[in-house]
Amino acid sequence: MALILEQMPIVISSLNVGFLQTLKLFFVTLIGAAPLGLVIAFGSMSSFKPLSWLCKLIVWIIRGTPLMIQLLIIYYFPGLVFGTPVWGTGESGRFFAASVSFIFNYSCYFSEIYRGGIQSVPIGQEEAGLVLGMTKRQIFFKIKLLQMIKRIVPPMSNEIITLVKDTSLARIIALQEIIWAGQAFMKGSQGISGAIWPMFFTAIYYLIFSGILTVLLSKLENKLNYFR
Amino acid sequence: MSILELRHLRKSFGKTEVLKDINLTMEKGQVLTLIGSSGSGKTTLLRCLNFLETPDSGEIIVNGENLLTGNASEKELRRKRLHFGLVFQSFNLFPQYTALQNVMLAKQLMAKEKPDYASNKKAINEAIEYQAHELLKKMGLADRENNYPHQLSGGQCQRVAIARALALEPDILCFDEPTSALDPELTGEVLKVIKGLAETDTTMIIVTHEMSFAHDVSDIVVFMDNGYIVEQGAPSEVMDNPKEERTRKFLSHY
Repeated sequence: MALILEQMPIVISSLNVGFLQTLKLFFVTLIGAAPLGLVIAFGSMSSFKPLSWLCKLIVWIIRGTPLMIQLLIIYYFPGLVFGTPVWGTGESGRFFAASVSFIFNYSCYFSEIYRGGIQSVPIGQEEAGLVLGMTKRQIFFKIKLLQMIKRIVPPMSNEIITLVKDTSLARIIALQEIIWAGQAFMKGSQGISGAIWPMFFTAIYYLIFSGILTVLLSKLENKLNYFR
Repeated sequence: MSILELRHLRKSFGKTEVLKDINLTMEKGQVLTLIGSSGSGKTTLLRCLNFLETPDSGEIIVNGENLLTGNASEKELRRKRLHFGLVFQSFNLFPQYTALQNVMLAKQLMAKEKPDYASNKKAINEAIEYQAHELLKKMGLADRENNYPHQLSGGQCQRVAIARALALEPDILCFDEPTSALDPELTGEVLKVIKGLAETDTTMIIVTHEMSFAHDVSDIVVFMDNGYIVEQGAPSEVMDNPKEERTRKFLSHY
């Protein structure tokens, strides 16, 4: 116990650095996947069949294979084919590849949630807008969007909380996120080796962060409860 | 010049012909009711007038202008649509907006598209809000302006929907079974409002199953069956002395 207390400051500062990378990946994924998901959602709802098939094919492949394998393929495959690492080298290269993988993966999940949200707005809403002389654009932004957001907040919350923990998968390409940082103390780092507790300790970081997100997201949900 | 004339209007969904050679004429200030059993084509006819469906052939002539002329751009379509207003069976109010906002929204969006909006913003918005207040007052909803649709009864929702349609001052206001989703008590309050509009010479086309209401309010009653207009004329003719067997049979259910 005394030993743990002694090691604590070193471990925490190291985990903080790792967690910063976790947070970066989390926010980059969210900011990238949220709009890209909308593009894919509209693509798969398009009346232009080849586009809709293409989008559905992509969604099927991405959702049908493990994110871990996608990470490995996206990170290593270009290097193996072209001989040069397209993502750049070192930690920034790994982060770039991880971001691309995560954005791709999450935009596919988001697109299905969006699609459900868009299609769940009753057709009567669009028709009411049309007979009132509104444009399709006005109908989407002024009428459907908020109703759609209200409907997708609960499933999106779920995905967002999952994303917090999924970022740990980037460990597989040695991205120096918090799991990597914790694991380092097992192998030996900064004079500490064979310590397994820092790994366990990372769970607290996830728990606190997902706790904060849960509170914020349920606040948003409540805020949208003013209409039905 | 008649406010509305339909000539040889036809519409099919796949192989099913829903409207077969529809011809009718109505004058400004008249009330026309469409009666007939479900599936006779009444609602499709209203939806054609509001360009929610595109007729296969025929003419829709409003104030002398044929609106059915080939492929219209979205802008053209919007302009043509505005000759008509539509009140839906299921209200279709926008749930995230208050009663007042529901009435104002379309007009505000339209005002924003006009070039003079930026310079007269305040005056334009005030005028739109004033008109919405007045319309809701007329509908007996002055104290409900700031309620959201889910806080209103069905009858109140439908009256907001009527105010919303009136805000755009359509030439002809259409009602698609406006009371079918309401219980008898609430039906009464909505019909009263529509009667009030008839008294102030609002031109209206009403699809309804309320026969005594149709009898009271109509200048023209049109009985449809299987996509055809079987009989049309004053209620004293069509409803009291129907010539056709099919009309008699239909009316005997009421």
